[in-house]
Amino acid sequence: MIHPLAVSHDFGVWVGALLTLMVFSFLYRDNPFYKFAEHVFVGVSAAYWMVIGFWTTLWPRVIVPLIPEASRIVSSDTPLPERDLSAVVPAVLGLMMLSRLVPRLSGLARWPTAFVLGTTAGYAVVRYVRSDFMHQIQATIGDGVLIPAAGGGWNVAESLAALVTLSGTIFGLIYFMNTRRGGTVTTPAARIGLLVLMVTFGASFGSAVMARISLLVGRLQELLGDWLGLL
Amino acid sequence: MKRPTPQILLTGVALILVVAAFMAPPGDGSSGGFAGAVTYADRHFSSWFGILAVFAFLLGGASLLRTHGRRVRERKADWHYSAVTLVSFLAVLIVGFLKLGGPPGLTGDPTDASSWLTTIFDSVLSPLHATLYSLLAFYVASASYRAFRARSLETSVLLGAALIVLLGRIPVGVTLFRFDSLSLWLLKVPNTAGQRALMIGVALGVVALAVRMVLGLERGRGGDGS
Repeated sequence: MIHPLAVSHDFGVWVGALLTLMVFSFLYRDNPFYKFAEHVFVGVSAAYWMVIGFWTTLWPRVIVPLIPEASRIVSSDTPLPERDLSAVVPAVLGLMMLSRLVPRLSGLARWPTAFVLGTTAGYAVVRYVRSDFMHQIQATIGDGVLIPAAGGGWNVAESLAALVTLSGTIFGLIYFMNTRRGGTVTTPAARIGLLVLMVTFGASFGSAVMARISLLVGRLQELLGDWLGLL
Repeated sequence: MKRPTPQILLTGVALILVVAAFMAPPGDGSSGGFAGAVTYADRHFSSWFGILAVFAFLLGGASLLRTHGRRVRERKADWHYSAVTLVSFLAVLIVGFLKLGGPPGLTGDPTDASSWLTTIFDSVLSPLHATLYSLLAFYVASASYRAFRARSLETSVLLGAALIVLLGRIPVGVTLFRFDSLSLWLLKVPNTAGQRALMIGVALGVVALAVRMVLGLERGRGGDGS
């Protein structure tokens, strides 16, 4: 039995479906439809995130604290917030960042860049040392490799897994330390470390492919289901 | 050093944040003194960072307008596509800044389900984003065939791990090969070991890079504030 077509009457669904087909046309070869969709994506994406950033960050954290009366524009029945002059600092740094648009003043942009790099460096030291260094070491050796079973004795499977995790981590680190420029592995332990890393890369690759296939299935479901009503 | 001031700002901001992580007392920073200043900085710097990120978006938008505007004005090759970018950019900008559609006027929430901005996200941005990424499913498959042909033990291990993970998550792999538990074990044990080695290595690298930036040694990527 042929399934009757129940094509969507929703304008948004049609726009999404046509743009999807335009992008898929690239599988044949580069063509004007794909280029059109690609350029729409660039324009819409840039403007969308600008608008969201303006209304969710710039407006409540810079404009309203500096000019409380501005809050009346978006809400007439809420009380005026207190003026907060600390917002002057990010506002001035932000305007200095925009000075890149004026060649004569573009040197000013080095100040907000320095602030951003300093903040990134400061937070990175703390965050990476804490969560990616200390916590990972703690998680690897914290419970030891002999995991007790619920009914007494040792849980062999869990203990073996903990041993493989611990030794795999150590071998992986040895690989980083015993590799010469150009990727030459210098010790057998480092070679084992390289194999452990290859398993990780393989698993990550497999997961990435699955994620892309899931997206593809989602798009096909939307085309065949939401748009054409075949599913 | 030709212009040392931005470097001083970079070093000062980074050191304050590191000091704050170890000694910031509870409070809002209004207590004054060095401890108060450190707490104040710790509380505000991440917010200012977020604000500067929005200014970077504005800078990107202005740059996009200038670049594509010039291409259209000078009728350069493929200028029609630049016009498409400009029109879609300006249209979304007007819809978003004026909060068109949905709840009444400027008092409304631009991210409300009934706003035009949300409709644009659902009908244009989200499908395009998902489709562009889903295209990679095809190209990753062909690229991996070329890259991972088992020519050595290492590439064979990589290919084997990828296949087990893939087959462990699809019905045919689970039914025919019973790869689900093996895939789970591979993800949970050796994959975790490799991830941890990578994370520890990356953490040490990031800290070393941050220290070089703070000391002004990392000049190639803006360590001097440029």
